[in-house]
Amino acid sequence: MSKISRRTFAASTAAVAASAAFGFKPAFADEAYPTRPIQLICPWGAGGGTDATARIVGVLLEKEFGQPVNVVNRTGGSGVVGHSAIATAAADGYTLGIITVEIAMMHWAGLTQLTPKDFTPLALMNEDPPGIQVKADSAYKTVKDLADAIKGSAPGKFKASGTGQGGIWHLALVGWLKAMGLPPNQVAWVPSNGAAPAMQDLAAGGIDFTTCSIPEARAMIDAGKARSLAVMAPKRAATFPDVPTLKEAMGVDYTTGAWRGFAGPKGLPQPIAAKLTASLKKIFDSKEYNDFMSSRGFGVLWNDASGYAAFMDKADAQMGEAMKAAGIAKT
Amino acid sequence: MDALLTASRLILDPYVLWVITASAAFGMFVGAMPGLTATMATALLVPVTFFMDPVPALGAIVTATAMAIFAGDIPAALLRIPGTPASAAYTDESYAMSKKGQLDLNLGVNLVFSVLGGFVGVAILIVCAPALAEVAINFSSFEYFWLALLGLTCAVFMTSDVPLKGITSLLFGLAINCIGIDPAAGYPRFTFGSVELLQGISFIPAMIGMFALSELLRGMVHADAQGAVIAQKIGNIFSGVFGVFKRYWFNFLRGSAIGVLIGALPGAGADIAAWISFAVSKRFSKEPEKFGTGHIEGIVDATSANNSALGGAWIPALVFGIPGDSITAIVIGVLYMKGMNPGPTVFLQNPQFIYAVFIIFILANILMLPLGWIAIKGGKQLLRVPRNVLLPVILMFCLVGSYAMTNSIYGVIMMVVMGLIGWLMEEHGFPIAPAILGLVLGEMLEQNFMTSMIKADGAFIMFFERPIAATLGVMTLLIWGTMLWRGIRGRPATLGEAAPAP
Repeated sequence: MSKISRRTFAASTAAVAASAAFGFKPAFADEAYPTRPIQLICPWGAGGGTDATARIVGVLLEKEFGQPVNVVNRTGGSGVVGHSAIATAAADGYTLGIITVEIAMMHWAGLTQLTPKDFTPLALMNEDPPGIQVKADSAYKTVKDLADAIKGSAPGKFKASGTGQGGIWHLALVGWLKAMGLPPNQVAWVPSNGAAPAMQDLAAGGIDFTTCSIPEARAMIDAGKARSLAVMAPKRAATFPDVPTLKEAMGVDYTTGAWRGFAGPKGLPQPIAAKLTASLKKIFDSKEYNDFMSSRGFGVLWNDASGYAAFMDKADAQMGEAMKAAGIAKT
Repeated sequence: MDALLTASRLILDPYVLWVITASAAFGMFVGAMPGLTATMATALLVPVTFFMDPVPALGAIVTATAMAIFAGDIPAALLRIPGTPASAAYTDESYAMSKKGQLDLNLGVNLVFSVLGGFVGVAILIVCAPALAEVAINFSSFEYFWLALLGLTCAVFMTSDVPLKGITSLLFGLAINCIGIDPAAGYPRFTFGSVELLQGISFIPAMIGMFALSELLRGMVHADAQGAVIAQKIGNIFSGVFGVFKRYWFNFLRGSAIGVLIGALPGAGADIAAWISFAVSKRFSKEPEKFGTGHIEGIVDATSANNSALGGAWIPALVFGIPGDSITAIVIGVLYMKGMNPGPTVFLQNPQFIYAVFIIFILANILMLPLGWIAIKGGKQLLRVPRNVLLPVILMFCLVGSYAMTNSIYGVIMMVVMGLIGWLMEEHGFPIAPAILGLVLGEMLEQNFMTSMIKADGAFIMFFERPIAATLGVMTLLIWGTMLWRGIRGRPATLGEAAPAP
């Protein structure tokens, strides 16, 4: 009994068992750090895109450091729970996390006090722009058709979805409407539990279009149930070369995106942070990371610690503005 | 055909077979331990599968979950504690049977019909995955709203004597479901500024608390009343099972069919399948008065349904990348990780992997028979363990299980609080199952109602405008109307029972 319970306990406290079974040879680092296992907190559930990104980076960090890196999912509360767990951990470099675009949004919505300033940014490693998807048999063949129809309709007649109320894809919609000179309530937002249920509702005919990212819509597009009309990015995605950008398709220059980066709690010692950023850069340039990201259709984008801090400040301001425009900001 | 051969070759690798066997044992153990669930087994396998090739990775998950869903029946029969939420619907019935001295038959039926239900699930997955997925994705929020409402009706069938207490319990479940972030507007409710409460009442820790902890507390208070009764010898569990099959083959087919359909609907899995098929069984039974006294009929329906739902849940997951339940929600991530992007193209690009999944499903169900038999034999040893050793061990797993669901002490606190509430409820004759049902369906109900209202711009008539929604809606209203009418006429509010109220 004791043997079994010990094993299960080990397994349930994350990937200890896995990393033990694949023990890598210890590295001979100049500095002492890291001398024990690192916990990598993921604010989103096992199996999702953020989880997958955290795990591939975790595996590569483990190779880099020769210490186990355990990905721990702290989910719920629209991301508040996990982001809080990262921000409030001891700033010793043994608890890190993957932080997502929501950190620049949750505090505007009044869900938490946390802002990007409560973290030590390490590196930005991914960004995915939103797309505009319609049902396969929709009458709208181009994004211009859709935009014209929206402009000519009564406010709220068109319904869109992609994530929860005030989520990143909701803001993408608001931003797009604003760029076209339309009020944010020109299209009604139907909150969903994420991109997959929204894509399903699109196929079921419950909504008119979705503004989730193309990788999230990919299965339905491949299935011939949906079409992507445009991508809200400066340039076309390498994995979806046939989908035009908003600027190409209708001359509207609006871009945004959901991003993921790595960070520690505020006040991480400088040598540790520098070492982590250097290791993350190595991972970012590695074949494993790039193969993995492109296999899922995820975009790659690099920013080092200071670049990431500036990037987050800019995102924070942009999100605040969009959320105020949409009437969902509380602060 | 080539793909089929390749698939068989991929599986007949000794390493793959080793992984399958090991995950089968792992799944059996996780399922049989109250507090550890099939979804958790999958989540625990994610980091391990990260290092594997696609076939062993998927094999591990398919096998472990199939075993876990069956194994959840064992503690339900032995201890009145469901091993996984999928067994919660018929735990009382199963334990009542054991108390009557029919433990062997009970476990035998659970094992054999789990295996058979699993076969039906995978057969339908193989034969009509694309066609069924077509149907399943046509469900919009209007249809889901009616389904959730229809599901709540099951609470009535879980309440044996005082309907008011059952409804109170159901409303309690729905009420605590409001804690956390509002699924439609994203506004925090009843969180008192606590970060942890933002995640709401997590279903798994609550279920562990209300079923397992409350049972442990009861065992402590009434030290002699529990457990000892069923410490009977486990003989040949297969004797009598054929007789049950001959008598209830239709229940088996109906349960399996309901299981696959509910499994294939995005968002509803094995637990809801078991509840609905159990309620259907009672509603259409020729002898509904026997339900609650240790009657095998409903168990046949429900134990077939929860295993067939597993196969069903893979249908929308493989065809459209839309999870059919909480297990396939994780599986989709693993599929992407292994470069098998879900969608119809996966059948063209990687047919050997899809065939491999099918073969593993079949293999897992074959393997379930001997392994389940061993697990049941092991359960017999479990009963020999003195209760003052056994109960603390179960408690420990409840603690570990609820911690692992949230990766924080919050899950443990939740489990303990819900356990105390569940114990107090049972002591005063309030059934627990409706509260759990409220917790399971509450968010589905609220979210789909809100999103439907947004889509309909507030017009209720939209709930009847789509053909499937209209059918479901009329059905629900008819059932509720009948119950109300019967209630007014002084009959018990259960549809199935014709006997006057005591």
